[in-house]
Amino acid sequence: MTDSKYFTTTKKGEIFELKAELNSDKKEKKKEAVKKVIASMTVGKDVSALFPDVVNCMQTDNLELKKLVYLYLMNYAKSQPDMAIMAVNTFVKDCEDPNPLIRALAVRTMGCIRVDKITEYLCEPLRKCLKDEDPYVRKTAAVCVAKLHDINAQLVEDQGFLDTLKDLISDSNPMVVANAVAALSEIAESHPSSNLLDLNPQSINKLLTALNECTEWGQIFILDCLANYTPKDDREAQSICERVTPRLSHANSAVVLSAVKVLMKFMEMLSKDLDYYGTLLKKLAPPLVTLLSAEPELQYVALRNINLIVQKRPEILKHEMKVFFVKYNDPIYVKLEKLDIMIRLASQANIAQVLAELKEYATEVDVDFVRKAVRAIGRCAIKVEQSAERCVSTLLDLIQTKVNYVVQEAIVVIKDIFRKYPNKYESVIATLCENLDSLDEPEARAAMIWIVGEYAERIDNADELLESFLEGFHDESTQVQLQLLTGIVKLFLKKPTETQELVQQVLSLATQDSDNPDLRDRGYIYWRLLSTDPVAAKEVVLAEKPLISEETDLIEPTLLDELICYIGTLASVYHKPPMSGPPLTTSSVQMGAVDLLGGGLDSLIGGTNFVAPPTAAVPASLGAPIGSGLSDLFDLTSGVGTLSGSYVAPKAVWLPAMKAKGLEISGTFTRQVGSISMDLQLTNKALQVMTDFAIQFNRNSFGLAPAAPLQVHAPLSPNQTVEISLPLSTVGSVMKMEPLNNLQVAVKNNIDVFYFSTLYPLHILFVEDGKMDRQMFLATWKDIPNENEAQFQIRDCPLNAEAVSSKLQSSNIFTVAKRNVEGQDMLYQSLKLTNGIWVLAELRIQPGNPSCTLSLKCRAPEVSQHVYQAYETILKN
Amino acid sequence: MSASAVFILDVKGKPLISRNYKGDVAMSKIEHFMPLLVQREEEGALAPLLSHGEVHFLWIKHSNLYLVATTSKNANASLVYSFLYKTIEVFCEYFKELEEESIRDNFVIVYELLDELMDFGFPQTTDSKILQEYITQQSNKLETGKSRVPPTVTNAVSWRSEGIKYKKNEVFIDVIESVNLLGLAAGEGAGCLLTTPHIHPQVNANGSVLLSEIVGTIKLKVFLSGMPELRLGLNDRVLFELTGRGKNKSVELEDVKFHQCVRLSRFDNDRTISFIPPDGDFELMSYRLSTQVKPLIWIESVIEKFSHSRVEIMVKAKGQFKKQSVANSVEIAVPVPSDADSPRFKTSVGSAKYVPERNVVIWSIKSFPGGKEYLMRAHFGLPSVEKEEVEGRPPIGVKFEIPYFTVSGIQVRYMKIIEKSGYQALPWVRYITQSGDYQLRTS
Repeated sequence: MTDSKYFTTTKKGEIFELKAELNSDKKEKKKEAVKKVIASMTVGKDVSALFPDVVNCMQTDNLELKKLVYLYLMNYAKSQPDMAIMAVNTFVKDCEDPNPLIRALAVRTMGCIRVDKITEYLCEPLRKCLKDEDPYVRKTAAVCVAKLHDINAQLVEDQGFLDTLKDLISDSNPMVVANAVAALSEIAESHPSSNLLDLNPQSINKLLTALNECTEWGQIFILDCLANYTPKDDREAQSICERVTPRLSHANSAVVLSAVKVLMKFMEMLSKDLDYYGTLLKKLAPPLVTLLSAEPELQYVALRNINLIVQKRPEILKHEMKVFFVKYNDPIYVKLEKLDIMIRLASQANIAQVLAELKEYATEVDVDFVRKAVRAIGRCAIKVEQSAERCVSTLLDLIQTKVNYVVQEAIVVIKDIFRKYPNKYESVIATLCENLDSLDEPEARAAMIWIVGEYAERIDNADELLESFLEGFHDESTQVQLQLLTGIVKLFLKKPTETQELVQQVLSLATQDSDNPDLRDRGYIYWRLLSTDPVAAKEVVLAEKPLISEETDLIEPTLLDELICYIGTLASVYHKPPMSGPPLTTSSVQMGAVDLLGGGLDSLIGGTNFVAPPTAAVPASLGAPIGSGLSDLFDLTSGVGTLSGSYVAPKAVWLPAMKAKGLEISGTFTRQVGSISMDLQLTNKALQVMTDFAIQFNRNSFGLAPAAPLQVHAPLSPNQTVEISLPLSTVGSVMKMEPLNNLQVAVKNNIDVFYFSTLYPLHILFVEDGKMDRQMFLATWKDIPNENEAQFQIRDCPLNAEAVSSKLQSSNIFTVAKRNVEGQDMLYQSLKLTNGIWVLAELRIQPGNPSCTLSLKCRAPEVSQHVYQAYETILKN
Repeated sequence: MSASAVFILDVKGKPLISRNYKGDVAMSKIEHFMPLLVQREEEGALAPLLSHGEVHFLWIKHSNLYLVATTSKNANASLVYSFLYKTIEVFCEYFKELEEESIRDNFVIVYELLDELMDFGFPQTTDSKILQEYITQQSNKLETGKSRVPPTVTNAVSWRSEGIKYKKNEVFIDVIESVNLLGLAAGEGAGCLLTTPHIHPQVNANGSVLLSEIVGTIKLKVFLSGMPELRLGLNDRVLFELTGRGKNKSVELEDVKFHQCVRLSRFDNDRTISFIPPDGDFELMSYRLSTQVKPLIWIESVIEKFSHSRVEIMVKAKGQFKKQSVANSVEIAVPVPSDADSPRFKTSVGSAKYVPERNVVIWSIKSFPGGKEYLMRAHFGLPSVEKEEVEGRPPIGVKFEIPYFTVSGIQVRYMKIIEKSGYQALPWVRYITQSGDYQLRTS
């Protein structure tokens, strides 16, 4: 006889009938009735109306019946809080039952009834159960403290349960210890600042001892808890590692990954010269490889984590390339991850094998996988210089297959190879041009146009090729239109005689017939450049391009370190740090984006718990613009702030009247919508009229110069004051000054010439397009040597991240990304100076702490000090 | 830290049963799961982790059921997947098979188990043998007094109960080695044997092994009384080096994984495998070796496709193991185009069968002695109108079993059994080598 019969009663008066049965005198009938109720509940029917009748069955010595009633209570207590009180007495009684199974059941269930009124009654039974003689009850009570804390944290603190829970860490029973650790970790998570776990060498020792004795799950709780500990020195780190390494031999993959997390984190503290360091490295590889034999979902988690591990410590798996070879029956998500790791492990030593595999994959049938394999070949070419030639010839072979998406993907990556190795593989251009007609994807078309434009002088019919695209100009995507515009301008600059007409055509298409502001602006810029100064145009358009970096998709080092601490968790799978507090994305919703994207936003963002959508399964490819539509949107909203202009200091006296025969000059600098000006206030404190004003600057660090003459319209009478705004440009002569922001000024009037010098705040030089894209930011940050980094403290700045960010943004310091790390807000910011120098910043803000830490990285480190001062000025005003 | 709730859904995504462990994610969120899964599948971006707003779904599929865990925190994903697999294992041991029917038939016990397996998102007791001691299917027997928590649940030895008695104390040890191989089937040598002069230009002249590894498991069947202490001795190279026995006849195990009963720190210290075993069947350990071994069964193949007319297949299999050994139940699965028809076969030994639902020819050889070489030819017709979609090129798969033999050379040197009552117990050892994931790509 099975339980399925309970699902079958669907008569009209069901509830009524059940009610009668529940109140039956016969035990057996009662139990049957409760089973029917639970069956109805299981299929989603509302049986809450039976609450009092079911609760009446609670007092029973039949354990199965009791469990069912408890189950019912957990489901419906919240909807019937007043009646739930009825159950309290039985709970309290059951907590004192001679049978530990019932005591535990009662305390476990009580914690799941999330009704405020009940929690008060829970305290006394819980206190007893925490000290119960039976470990099964104690381990259940330990978890109950976490449950209660979730409902009423204050109550738990007031009742001293946290201390009792801490005591349980020293319990004689390993399962009790494990659950106490789990409960404390859970509670600590919601109070990051509290020192709940109070990890010290003694408690760590207890945990390590319990590690050997508790269940696999308990081992995971303990290992995850250990990972939060910071050993006091390398010796302690090593001794913990030594005691954790045996866990790598556990059959449960989750135990292994949690052990890997502890080891990877503590390894940071070990000196690389230590013998033990090498031993540990060697010990890590085999278990990581074995994880690839686990169930596919666990393989996926393992692969996403291995992806982090090979970035952090490539030496661990550098000889294990082959285990990442893709098998025919691997699920697609495993295939894609393996491919990614293969590229990361590719080196001169194994490139031949890797290429042979990639070529094999490129002839498979799964389109996504094939595309990624083709891209991977391109990435190998860029990463391993010696292999570039072989990669190019492999790509040409693939182009010969004429499979449409393979050809297009190959062309996109060949463009990247050209950027990395200019003037080396142009011989293949002819082959590429043959496939021009088959390209229907914007990215491939844009790549092809770029190649034609870039190498126009070597392609005889470059003009014909580009012209062929021009016919359907308005149907092309923006990406292609922009590329076509640039491509034709390049062609014109290289072969001006034959292509005048073509360039005219594209310029007018771009400027007159297009609604796209980007396209129009670029068109106008080219047009003006070409018409005013063809030589300058050549210098601008045909300028040498910066080389693309080898690995554009590396995770930024600080983020990587953070993610290493999250090995095994969702964060490590998404490659995004977990967020605490309101997610970044909601702010954009409030700013009106909701109307644009509507409900689509949710799905776009994916886990709002994480900073960005979980597109991680398909990591951004090389050269592809990382900013999606969404980030453009952020740019849009951020643009609003810039209109209000940069911070303006109050005017200060630059030239006292005493020193200038009665002329007093005070002033300040402003920057508004891209133009810098010097706001002056001239006061005549002499007795005679002043006329014939003029101003001149000495050469200075950033080429500041007056963009117009100093215009004082009427003669300045005695005691009269005039306000003048003098526009400045940054195209003057440059000479490095000491200090860097020193400006020497000469002012002349009918009386004399006066000299003074002033220091301008650097932020007037921060340009409006100083927002770096994320990807670029990561690459640049990595690229700038560490010795260029400068760190400053900004004290007494009690602002939150939001306010800081918006304040700085109005002075053109842009927040590229924001994260929350262990309760601290990290802002990643970029700014660009008028002379093109980029400054990258990391601003760490601790809530509740008025000081924040500013780290600056710049290729010209001498500006850092002044950028810091700018930060100070902007933030404190 | 872990799951907020666990659901079992039918194939259409309808919840069959669920348990809310933490109450921080609304149970109704599960409605988003199936649409999301379908959408991702269509996009070709299906992954074991899906998210909808703040809710993350971690899911696995078992026969026609989905097991889904929800969370809105940064949960330990590997723990959740391990737990879901463990849950399936427990249900399977309780109900033989886990399917829609068995859930419905046993919903009361499923609820009981879900209550015992996890508490507030923390996995608790997941050992089905121990669970069966206090959660039984004959629920009506469970009157008070009888149902007590077995002390085992919270013991350090949480996998074995006390007071087990056998008349005859015995342990059966099975050493099973699976060979995983990813290779490229050779073509040329076989091509010469073809009567047709057409040799495909892309035929790979020399086959090669891209990746080969041995995954071994040691399984125990334990019929021992009391609380016995066992020690297993293997010809482990590290152990031999530690004890100064030299490398002779020892095997280098690259990675070893143990059942939770084995004292890991002891193994880490002096490579001793010591443990108190659970009762009955269990897997004591598994190990992995990536030492290159000669492929036990080597395949040469020529698959020639003449578009719009026919496919000619020629496969040669060679037993590359000791002459004294015999491979049993050999099955060689050769892919054929999905639109192939009218099969004809010729084999030098064994029989060939066309399995259209898998698009393969399976060549079965009951007994394949070492050193021998056999041949199979197959001929298929192809329709004159070609199919539109491109087909993948699945590899040739090989299955086999070679008893009384381990490819790695691993040996059980001793099994010491000590119990305080001092009984004599007998260990029995069997060795077998079999195919694991054994695939050969064809060109």
